[in-house]
Amino acid sequence: MVYEQIAANRRTSFLVCLIFAAVVIVLGWVLGELWGVPWVGLAIAVGVSLGSVYTAYYNSDQIVLRMSQARPLLKSEHPHLFNSVEGLAIAAGMPTPRCYVIGDSAPNAFATGRDPAHGVICVTTGLLDKMNRLELEGVVAHEMSHIKNLDTRLQVLVAVLVGTTVLLSDWIRRTVFYGRGGRRGRIRGGQAAAVLLLIGLLLALLAPLIAQLLRLAISRSREYLADASGALLTRYPEGLASALEKLAADTEPLEAANRATAHLYIVNPLKGETRWETLFDTHPPITERVRRLRTM
Amino acid sequence: MGWLALTLIVVIVVVVLILVGMYNGLVNLRNRVDNAWHQIDVQLRRRYDLIPNLVETVKGYAAHERTTFERVTEARARCVSAGSVREQGQAENVLTGALRQLFAVAESYPELKANQNFLMLQEELAGTEGKVAYARQFYNDSVMTLNATIQRFPNNLVARQFGFRPREYFEIEEAEARGPVRVSFAPTETPGQPRT
Repeated sequence: MVYEQIAANRRTSFLVCLIFAAVVIVLGWVLGELWGVPWVGLAIAVGVSLGSVYTAYYNSDQIVLRMSQARPLLKSEHPHLFNSVEGLAIAAGMPTPRCYVIGDSAPNAFATGRDPAHGVICVTTGLLDKMNRLELEGVVAHEMSHIKNLDTRLQVLVAVLVGTTVLLSDWIRRTVFYGRGGRRGRIRGGQAAAVLLLIGLLLALLAPLIAQLLRLAISRSREYLADASGALLTRYPEGLASALEKLAADTEPLEAANRATAHLYIVNPLKGETRWETLFDTHPPITERVRRLRTM
Repeated sequence: MGWLALTLIVVIVVVVLILVGMYNGLVNLRNRVDNAWHQIDVQLRRRYDLIPNLVETVKGYAAHERTTFERVTEARARCVSAGSVREQGQAENVLTGALRQLFAVAESYPELKANQNFLMLQEELAGTEGKVAYARQFYNDSVMTLNATIQRFPNNLVARQFGFRPREYFEIEEAEARGPVRVSFAPTETPGQPRT
């Protein structure tokens, strides 16, 4: 089951890259038309997106860890966490991820890293204090699954997709509404081009929202998958189920988290948990996740 | 001749590539199984390495519990020198029992239970027990994947041709050995993991 999920994630990653490329080309073209020099717009758009993908792919883990004010955890500080991580890495047949810790009493955890060899598992001190051994192992298994299933890579790609789309759309809107007055009239190619440009503009307005919704939908579905494959690793769904209940009961928000990193965590660190799944949630409802784990 | 020959060559090349892919896939799976098997050994070895330290530490506080120490040391020696997997499994059972007794003895020495070194060894041992269980689980998972691949068509044709055989699952014979040693910090929790 897990191997099919990894394959599915590879496909999704590829698809995300394709969509991304298409969106970037369209937005770049629109931008170029607006500026009156189509190829320049396209070149800038492609350059920006290649640059951001490259940077994100190789540095996102460090950026995320710094944003979350995480530091490397020493084995002597919490031997049990290391033993769990090492044990579960053996069970998953992958390299041992590095362990980081955030000094915050709100219990939570996330994983990052572009591939299993660069995996990082980050926990809060609150998680270490509040979970018992089996619960901690359940949480670690969930995070380990994110790394193994290549969710962390997908998340990086999707985050870049959202960021670049927002940036380009922003440029287009600014060009349309505020500036470069004289050049707007210089669209060549008659009616067909004008219609295309209109569609492009519409896309520019909608793209950020669509990209954001896509990202959230991916994030939600990945949580269920990570719960399931985490349970497959420990062969003990109850550990994670009970951990999730504890996490849900805790109302303290995590200060180091923000809207950019919220979707990475095992439960929404900003709290404000809803009863129903909506399009704008980063996580599925915890009650539903617990129910699925308990019926395994 | 042109088109027919060309088509034939393309078909042959494609078939050969597919066969190579299947063969390489089987080799990878077989290597994964071998690697997983050695991983179990690595973890067991680590467990055996921890035990002398543990015994020494406990000795410092409970010198007169000699029979318990002897039993642990002897069981460990039998594990290390075990020839077959079955033999090792049986020796492991004895060792697990002896360790359980050692920790039961430790319960009645408050200073020992407060000793930093002892606590560390206890955690390490529990962690290693968990890793042994996980390594066995991964071995069985790998065997399952290998066996399933070997038995599926058309892989089975390639597998038969090149002598790939299904492997045996690791099974623990006695019910007692299914659980890792219960070295509990808090009496309500079970360390280690449910195993395969």
